[in-house]
Amino acid sequence: MTLGTIAFNNLRRRKSRLIFLVIGLLIGIATVVTLLSLSQAMTAEARHKMENFGANILLTPKTDELSLSYGGITLGGVTVDPREIREADLDRISTIPNRRNIAAVAPKILGAVQVKGERVMLMGVVADREFHLKRWWSVQGRPLAAENELVAGSAVARRLGLAMGETIEIEEFPFVVTGILQETGSQDDDLLIASLPAAQILLGKTGLVSLVEVAALCGECPVEDMVSQIAAVLPDVKVGAIQQVVKSRMHAIEQFQAFALGVAAVVILIGALVVFVTMMGSVNERTREIGIFRALGFRRGHVVTLILTEAFWVSLLAGVLGFLSGMLATRLLLPVLAEEHVHLVWNPILAGGSILLAVGVGTLASLYPALHASRLDPTEALRTL
Amino acid sequence: MAFIEISGLTKYYDSRAGRVEALGGIDLSIDEGTFLGVMGPSGSGKSTFLSMLGGLCHPSSGSLRIDGIDLYRLPGEKLADFRREYLGFVFQSFNLVPYLTALENVMLPLAVKKMPTTEKRQRAGQVLERVGLKARAGHLPGELSGGEQERVAIARALVNRPPLILADEPTGSLDSATSAEIMALFAELNAEGQTIVMVTHNAETTSCFHRTLFLRDGQLAGGRDAALPDA
Repeated sequence: MTLGTIAFNNLRRRKSRLIFLVIGLLIGIATVVTLLSLSQAMTAEARHKMENFGANILLTPKTDELSLSYGGITLGGVTVDPREIREADLDRISTIPNRRNIAAVAPKILGAVQVKGERVMLMGVVADREFHLKRWWSVQGRPLAAENELVAGSAVARRLGLAMGETIEIEEFPFVVTGILQETGSQDDDLLIASLPAAQILLGKTGLVSLVEVAALCGECPVEDMVSQIAAVLPDVKVGAIQQVVKSRMHAIEQFQAFALGVAAVVILIGALVVFVTMMGSVNERTREIGIFRALGFRRGHVVTLILTEAFWVSLLAGVLGFLSGMLATRLLLPVLAEEHVHLVWNPILAGGSILLAVGVGTLASLYPALHASRLDPTEALRTL
Repeated sequence: MAFIEISGLTKYYDSRAGRVEALGGIDLSIDEGTFLGVMGPSGSGKSTFLSMLGGLCHPSSGSLRIDGIDLYRLPGEKLADFRREYLGFVFQSFNLVPYLTALENVMLPLAVKKMPTTEKRQRAGQVLERVGLKARAGHLPGELSGGEQERVAIARALVNRPPLILADEPTGSLDSATSAEIMALFAELNAEGQTIVMVTHNAETTSCFHRTLFLRDGQLAGGRDAALPDA
C-alpha cells in the first residue's frame, strides 16, 4: 500500500469521474493530434506536388542586362540575348551532389517563326519531359510524338484558325497539328510547341537552348543548395530558384499550421479547464477523506502527491487514448481533405509528444486543486472531532 | 513525569459576536496506560480538547506535552509525523475511506511509511485478526455493518502501534450490544497497556475508564478516579 495504490484505487472505484476527466482531456489531445498529423500529411502532399508538378529552378543564358519584361509585357528595344545555352553542357547537371533530387530537366528553344502570314512564337521542347513537368496542361487531341508534329496554344490556334490534324508549313517544313492546348491563362496560350530538334533546325540554333526548367525533388535540402550546385557546374548560365512559387506555397502551409496550432491551443486550454474544474470538485467532495489522511499523519506533500498521482494516471490514459483517437480521426479525414492518396504516418515523436502534453496539462491543471487540498484544515475537514 | 502534560491550555475563536472561549485554561496530567473518559454536554469543549490532544488544532495559549514532546512547538510538518507515529484516531462516524477495502483502510497510516508492502499487509492482517475481522479483510466499508466498520477503524488506529489512542464517541452510532462489544475491545487493549482518551456521551461506558473528566463551558467541571493500572 502506497500513495500510488490509494490513487489507483480511487480512480478504479470512481469510474464515472475518471471517464469524465479522461474525455475532457482526450478531446483536447485528439484535436491536437488530428490537426498536427493532418497538417503534416498536407505539408508532405503540398511538398510532393511542388516538387513533382512544376519547375522550381530556371536556367537562362547569363546576361549583363536587366530584364525589361514583366507579366508578359516587354518594353521595346529589348532583344533576345544573342548568347544561348549549349545543350551538351546540360549533361553536367547530372554530376551535382544532389543529382538524385532532380526530377526533370526540361530544355527549350524559343524563337519567332512565320505561319500563315503571322509571326508567332515557336517553342521546341523534349515532349515527354515538358508534359511531365506541366501536368496542368490539358491537350485536346494528343501531345506531339514525332518531329513533324506540333501542339498549338489555345490563343494561337484561334488566331490562325488551326484545327486538329491540319498540316501547316513553317519555313517550308510541313507540321501536323496533333493537339490544341486548353486555355491556361498564361503565355503558353500563344505558343506553337514542337519537338526540340525540329525547332532548333527551324530557328537555326542546332545544339542550343534558350532556357531550361528543372524540377528538384528536394524535401530535406533547400532549393537554394541545388541552385548553387548547378551554378557551380554551369558557370556561364544564370541559375535561379522560382522563389515566388515555392514561397507562396510554403506560406499557405505555414498559415494552415499556425491556424492548426491556434485551434489546438484553445482546445487544450478548454481541456485543462475541464480537468481543473473536475479536480477542484473532486477535492471539495473529498474534504472529509483528506481530513482523515491528514489526521492519520499524511504530510501536506503526501496529499499533493496523492492528487497529482491521480492526475498523472488520468492524463496518461487520456494521452494514449487521445493520440489513438486523433490518428483515427486523421485517417478518416485524410481522404476528404487531401487531393491525392496520402499515407497516414505513425510518428513516434507525435505519439510521445501528445502523451507528454496530456500529462503536462493534466498535472499542471491539477496543481492548484492539489495545493488547495493540502491546505485544508484537518479539523474543518473532519468536523466530527 | 506524566505521559501527557497539559498546562493552561486555552482555545478561543473570534467571531462577529465577539470572542468565544471553547477551552479555558485546562491543566491536566495523564499517566501512561490510563483509560481516560471525557464527558460533558454538547458545546462543552470535548471535541476541541480531543482535537488539541490529536495535534489537529493549535491552542490559543498554553502547552501540551506528550511523552515529553511539546506538540505545538514542533517545526513544519513534524506535527503530521508525530500524529502518524504517536497517535491512533477512532472517529465517531468511523471515517473509513469508501473506495478502500477493510485491509487497505487499516494499511492507510502505513501508506507513507518506507516499509515493504508485504510487511504492511502482514501487519494490517494481524491487527484485523486482533479485532476479529480477518474474514472481512477484502470487503469495502459499504459492505460491513456498523460494528464491523468500528472494528476496522480501531484496527486502523492500532496498526502503527501508537502510544496513544484518541477515540471520539466510538459507540455513538452503534446499538447497545455492539457498543458493549466495542467497549470490551477498548478495555482489552487498555489492559494490554494501551493509553486511551475517549470522548463519550454514554454514561454506561464510564465503568471502563480509570479516570473520567467532566467538561462544562470549556472548563474542567470535575473528575472521578477509579483505580489506576500498575505502571
